[in-house]
Formats: sequence, C-alpha cells, structure tokens
Amino acid sequence: MNRYLPWLFVALLASVPLWLTDFYFLHILITTGIFIIAAMSLNLLLGYTGQLSLGHVAFFGIGAYTSALVSLGFQVELFSGFTVSLAPKPAWFAMLCGVIVAGFTGYAIGKLSFRVRGAYFVIVSISFAEVVRLVAVNWVELTQGPMALTNIPALTLGAGAFEISFLRKPAFFILVLIAGVASFILISRLVNSRAGRAMIALRENESLAMSVGIDVTRYLVIATIISAAIAGMAGALYTHYIRIVDPDIFLFIYTVTMVIMVVTGGKGTLAGPIVGGIIFGFVPEFLRAMAIQPEVQWIIYGVLMVLVVYFLPQGIVPAIGRYSASRKRLPDADALPATSTQVRQK
Amino acid sequence: MNAQPETVLSIEHVTVHFGGLVALADMTFSVRAGEIVGLIGPNGAGKTTAFNVITGFLRQTSGDVRYRTTLLNGLKPHQIAKLGLVRTFQRTSVFQERSVFQNVLTGLHCRGRARLWDTLLQTGREKASERELVNEANDILRFVGLERRAEEPAGTLPYGEQRLIGVALALAVKPSMLLLDEPVSGMNPSETARFVKLVREIRDTGVTILLVEHDMPMVTQVSDRIVVLNYGRIIAEGTPAEIQNDPEVIRAYLGQGKKRA
Amino acid sequence: MDQLAQHLLNATILGGTYALLGIGLTLIFGIMRVVNFTHGELYAFGAYCMYALVMLLGVNFFLALPMAIMLGVALGATIEMLLLGRLRGADIDTTMLVMIGAWIAMQNTEQWLWSGVAHSINNPFPAEPLILGPLSVSWNRVYVVVVALLLIAATYYLVNRTRLGKAMRATFQDRQTAALMGIRIDRIHTATFALGSGLAAAAGALLGPIFFVAPTMGDLAAAKAFAIVILGGLGSITGATLGGFILAFVEELGAGYISSGYRDAMGFLLIILILLVKPTGLFARKERIG
Repeated sequence: MNRYLPWLFVALLASVPLWLTDFYFLHILITTGIFIIAAMSLNLLLGYTGQLSLGHVAFFGIGAYTSALVSLGFQVELFSGFTVSLAPKPAWFAMLCGVIVAGFTGYAIGKLSFRVRGAYFVIVSISFAEVVRLVAVNWVELTQGPMALTNIPALTLGAGAFEISFLRKPAFFILVLIAGVASFILISRLVNSRAGRAMIALRENESLAMSVGIDVTRYLVIATIISAAIAGMAGALYTHYIRIVDPDIFLFIYTVTMVIMVVTGGKGTLAGPIVGGIIFGFVPEFLRAMAIQPEVQWIIYGVLMVLVVYFLPQGIVPAIGRYSASRKRLPDADALPATSTQVRQK
Repeated sequence: MNAQPETVLSIEHVTVHFGGLVALADMTFSVRAGEIVGLIGPNGAGKTTAFNVITGFLRQTSGDVRYRTTLLNGLKPHQIAKLGLVRTFQRTSVFQERSVFQNVLTGLHCRGRARLWDTLLQTGREKASERELVNEANDILRFVGLERRAEEPAGTLPYGEQRLIGVALALAVKPSMLLLDEPVSGMNPSETARFVKLVREIRDTGVTILLVEHDMPMVTQVSDRIVVLNYGRIIAEGTPAEIQNDPEVIRAYLGQGKKRA
Repeated sequence: MDQLAQHLLNATILGGTYALLGIGLTLIFGIMRVVNFTHGELYAFGAYCMYALVMLLGVNFFLALPMAIMLGVALGATIEMLLLGRLRGADIDTTMLVMIGAWIAMQNTEQWLWSGVAHSINNPFPAEPLILGPLSVSWNRVYVVVVALLLIAATYYLVNRTRLGKAMRATFQDRQTAALMGIRIDRIHTATFALGSGLAAAAGALLGPIFFVAPTMGDLAAAKAFAIVILGGLGSITGATLGGFILAFVEELGAGYISSGYRDAMGFLLIILILLVKPTGLFARKERIG
C-alpha cells in the first residue's frame, strides 16, 4: 500500500488543472512547487550531508539570471574593448544553461568553502550569497540592476504543429510537477545509495567516515553540485514563469524560507521539504485571507522556527513517523531519518 | 618452509611536538605480516597519538611511517584506509543514529563498484553492486556475532557491543592490517574472552593486527609481541613474558599506580 | 592628498563604532560560540531607543545614550534567558536556527511597530563642522568616536581586570571546572550575552543620529560585525577592535577610490578572502579571550 501512496498523490496533483479553475490558487501551487524543489535541493546539503549552507538562494538566483540572460541575449564589455555577447537562445536551452552554471558554481563554492568548517562555513555561505546579490544590483550593464530583466520569453518545446507552449498556468503547473517528481526521484536514488550513505556518514561522524575510506571532500562537493544544480533548475523555472527577474531574488529572506521549510518538515527525510513547503507555501495565503499583515506573518514564522527547534527538533515528518510507530507498537526503522529503505535480504 | 615474514608497517623515528609538549619521541618499531602486536603504556604515554599519526589523522613533526613500501607521510586518512590499513576508534566508534546494518553497509563503501551515474540512473550495475554489498554486510555481521542486532540503532547497544560494531566497520573495508584502539574497554570478562577469539580468527584470515589496550591479561593473552610506551618513548619490546618481567616496564607502571587486574 | 586624509579621518570615526559592534559579537560568537543572528537587531534596537527617547519622549540627548545601552543590555539578557537557556550544550546548528527565528521575529516586530519609514534623530551639536586644517568633521562624529573609544576601553577593563570578566573567561574555557569553583554558569552566560548586546545597542545608539533609523539597518551591521570578528579572530577583543578599524578603512578607501556601489560588498569579500586564506582569522592567538 505504502509504495503506491506517493504515486497516487502525484496522480492527484496531475489532475489539478482539469478541475481547478481558480487561476490565483493555481499560481500559488506553482510558486509553492518551485519553492519545494528548491527546498528539496537544500535538504540534500543541509539535511543529508549536514552542511548548514545559508547561501542557497544564490544557486537559485544564478539559475534564474543565467536562464534569463541566455534567453534574452546580452552584451557586456568586460574590460577596455573586450566585449562578450550572446544572441538570444531558445528558453529550454537557456534553462539548461541555468542548471549547468548553477551546478558549476556549486562545484567552485564546494571546493573552496569546505576548507572552512563549522560556523565559519555558515558565514562564508551567507557572504557569498550577499556578494552575488550586490553584483546583480551593481553590474547594471549585464543584469539591468534593480530595473530588472523583463520580457523573458516563455518556455516552448517542439516546433510547428507539435509546439507546446508553457505560457499559461495549467501547462506550467504540469511542468513544475514533472520537474518536482524528477528531482524527488533523483534525490531519493542518491540518498539511498552508496554515495548517499557516504554523505550521511560524514554528517554523522566525519573522522569515522574517513577511517572507512570515504573521501569527505569529494562527497561534500558532489552534494553541493547536485544541490546547486537542482536549485538552479528551480530558479530557471521561476524565471520563465514570472518572466521578470531582479536582484531581490537573492535576498537572504528566501534562503531563510527554504531553511524553515526543510527544518520544520524534517531535515534528512525525503518527505520533509515537501511537507514544509506545503505548510509555508500556503500559510502566507491563509494569513493574507485573514487580513494579517506580512510583517506579522514573518513574526509568526520566526516564532514557529523557535518552537519547532524546541519541541520537534527533527521536524514534522519524523514526529509523525514516531507517532504512527508507537500506535502500531512495532520497532520502526522508518522513524529514524535518512534510514535506507533497503531490505536486508539474503 | 616460510621465509621470514615481511614487514608491513614500519614506524621510523617518528616525533610529535605539540608546541612545547613532546607527545612522541623518536618512536621506531615495526610490525610483521600476520603478527598480533600489542601497544601498551600508562595513560598519556602517546598510544592514541601514535595511532593518529599512523592513520593520517595527525601529522608528525618528523619521521616516516611506511605501509609495505608506501610512504604514508602526508596522506589523508581515507587514502590510508584504501591502502588496507584501517583503524577503530576508542570513543564514538559507530554512527549512533543509524542501524547496526547501515553502519556496516557504510563501512563497505570502498567495496562498491557502481559510479554516480549508475546510481542516478539505477542501472543494472548499481542494483547488482548493492545486492553484493548487502550480502557482504550480512556476512560480516555474522562473523562478529551481531546478526540479531542488525536493525537496532547502533547508539542503543551496550558499549561492549558498540566496540564490536566498530570492528565490523573496520573489517568491511577489507583491511590487510587492523589498528584496534582499546577494543575491549567496556566489555565484561566473557565478552573479552569472545573478543580474543575473534581477534585470532581475524588474524587467521591473514590480517595483521596492532592493538592498544589497558587490559593487561587480555593483551598478554592475545599478542605475539608487545611494545611498551612511556612519555612518548618506547621503553621495551618483546614477548609478553619478557615484558612482564622487564624492570623498566614495572617501574613505569608502578610509578603510575597498580596494574589493572 | 587632502581627500585621502579626509577618508582616513572618516574611516577612523567609523572604525570606532565598528569596533564596538565587533567586540560585542566576538564576546557572543567568539566566546559563547553562539552564531548570533540577532546582533544586528540589537544594533537597530539601540538606534530605535534613541529615536523614541529623544524624538518622542523629549529626553536629553546625552542622557538618552546610557539609557539606550541599558535597554539593550536588558533585551540581550531577556533573549539569552528566554531562548538560549534551554540550549546550553546543544550543537551549533540548533542554536543558529533559533537565533534566525528570533532575528526574523524581532526585525518584523520593528517593522510592524515603526513602519518602514526611515526616521532621523536630532542632535544638539552645532551645525558647522569642526575644521582641522584641510579636514572637516562634524561635532556629532567627534562625540561618537570619543564615546566609542571610552566604551571599548571600559569593556577591555571589564573583561580583563574585573572578577566578572575573570569569571566569564573561566566559564567559557572550561565550564565544568568553573561550575565546580562556584561560578554561576547561567548568570555568566546571560551576562556575557547581555554585555555583547549592550555594545551592539551602543553602536546603534551612536550611529542612529548620524545615519537614518530604519528596520533593516541591522542586517548590514550584523554582516559587518561577523566580518570584523573573523578578521580579528574569535574571542579576541583586541582583534575585534583592530578588525573594526581595518574594515572601516577598507570600506572608506574602497568606496572612495574604486566604487561606492560595492562598498557594502567589501566586508563580505574580506570575510571570504580571509577564511579561504587563513581560516583562523588574522589575529587569532592560542588563548581565546582578551
């Protein structure tokens, strides 16, 4: 039964455009979906590999800006006389570039940052995101600064009679759903594998991990690359949906949102970011419906974070797992986050 | 008839300074293939420091460590483990939150054949490799006698059994030499006796063993040879019988209080 | 040449307040090992207290400063007792997440109470600046740097020459032994956090009348504080003082001669560069405090 539940859930979601006619609600689902993908990618780094990287929004934003710039085309003068220019490319290609550039940034950051550990690493990650934001604000020739990149083309696939345009919300929702499911499957395969065990091992006890031959740096970098690439994809999706991108996309507050989603939902679990994303994607709408100001919403978020850390330090999903295990009165390995679902067979 | 067994581990004039403190002073000894060597000494003598230097967790101030013919100086711990020289830890020797089975499966890391792409695409090679690893993990658990505890979180096991998990982890790397750091601390006498038997079984599979211990009867029982450390310096080396009668050794231990029975 | 001298003078004045920020954080982050995301909010709090006291309640400008500092100390103590009390001995990730939650709640409370409009605070100094040869500096800024240096000296004295300071250093070097020696560990934690917060509030109270007072002013301040602490080495008051001045100089000269848009990026770039090159900070020494 449990095996088919996720697929039922996906099927249910896939049917949404057929019966949901309220486009505003569909918009909420789309943006929440994009944020869930970003949260899942953060969970890989924060939850499974145990690195409190608070610069994650940088990967999201780099994916967004790269995709925007490649699809719009650009021309910049790097230094006296030396100009780099690119003609506009199709959106799908731009999105691919977004993913690759974000992934590559992850590689560079990973290689450099993990020489620095613990609290210092947190600070470096935040600083990196801030520097990227300030570059986006100030390098007006490339990014238009605060005036934003506008008229970003929508994604279209195929040609002629077989062309599908992801301009309208129902189609884009399906796109986000597919991207989300693909990301989930990818991450799930990764964390339940030998590589995933290595990442969890270095989270749990680095010296012990090294002593069994695990190259800690290598797996930190792998986790960062994949995490950054998925975040970059989420950013690229965002860009071609909203079709405007400005430096505010790099604000620290978005990293915080992702962190809240992951931590509240349950870091180190596959379902955690989804649960967290649903809660924190819909809560603002719920509050807005009650005519509560955005500041109060954030105050509630802040208080919620503190309460979750105190009372449900592992998050909601593991807590549910423990509760249902105690109801069944069976030893439940699933209550432990990140336990492999492999069966011990001979 | 066999020729003289080759030297697998050689420590040559290794010195470790921490600021003004001398943790190891001109330490030189070697371990031959198939031996069980015990490293003993009063608290603070430098035994764990020696382990840390040998396995790459600490850089020595001077001196060389060689494994077979490979110079280990400057190598990272995971590289040394891959060469076949594997250690256990005295404290935090397991992944607490994970099950015993998952612990051993993690230790089998180097035995996996599949690449990252195989994992992401779930190819046949990935699935075959995982099956092999699961089988090997079961074998190792049976070998150390923990198969009944496989699904329990490692941190919930009694301390003595956690040491066994630590050994299982090390065995998973398929070492040719094992460095055991106080393996029987926290074990009761019957567990210790079982462990001595296990150590001999491991040696019989062709693994050379160097162990650090405070439990004197256990060390004298299991070791072919004993090296005695005091204040970072080797003060005696020989068979258990020779060591027990060595005046230097007696002085070193009496100076620190009674030997533990 | 005159321009350079003016920049250096401005940097010196800025450096004094940066040093206050940095010392406050080095006490909390460096010694207590708490990644204090609320540090910037205490800075903003200090500024808002000055605004409320001087502009809304008509309190004397010079009296308002110590009052604002005291309020900052009180707020710091409250935060510590309320939030961190439970988390002694928890890992750094947990405390960090709690501090992030507190920071969000605090900043948005400020936003909610005062709205996003920037406020200014009147000061009683003469409008004409003090002229020193080719250089000019406003009286307000002279006051700021003098007070900042006094506070730095007072803090140094407190931590290094008093019993309380000794108790602080003992607690964070070896908590168990300190407890066995009869030191009230809980009180020391609260006092250290309160002291650090008070210094942040002081920095805000001093700079508030110079710049504007807005709810997000704390964010940049916090970032710079972290840069300073990393520059100077965790736990080192001398390091934080020097770090504050160095950051101020780098910012001033960078903004003056390279580009003013990237002025605020200087601090971040410094952090990244230093940590990549020398992960323990420029001035980190063996002993952790002093």
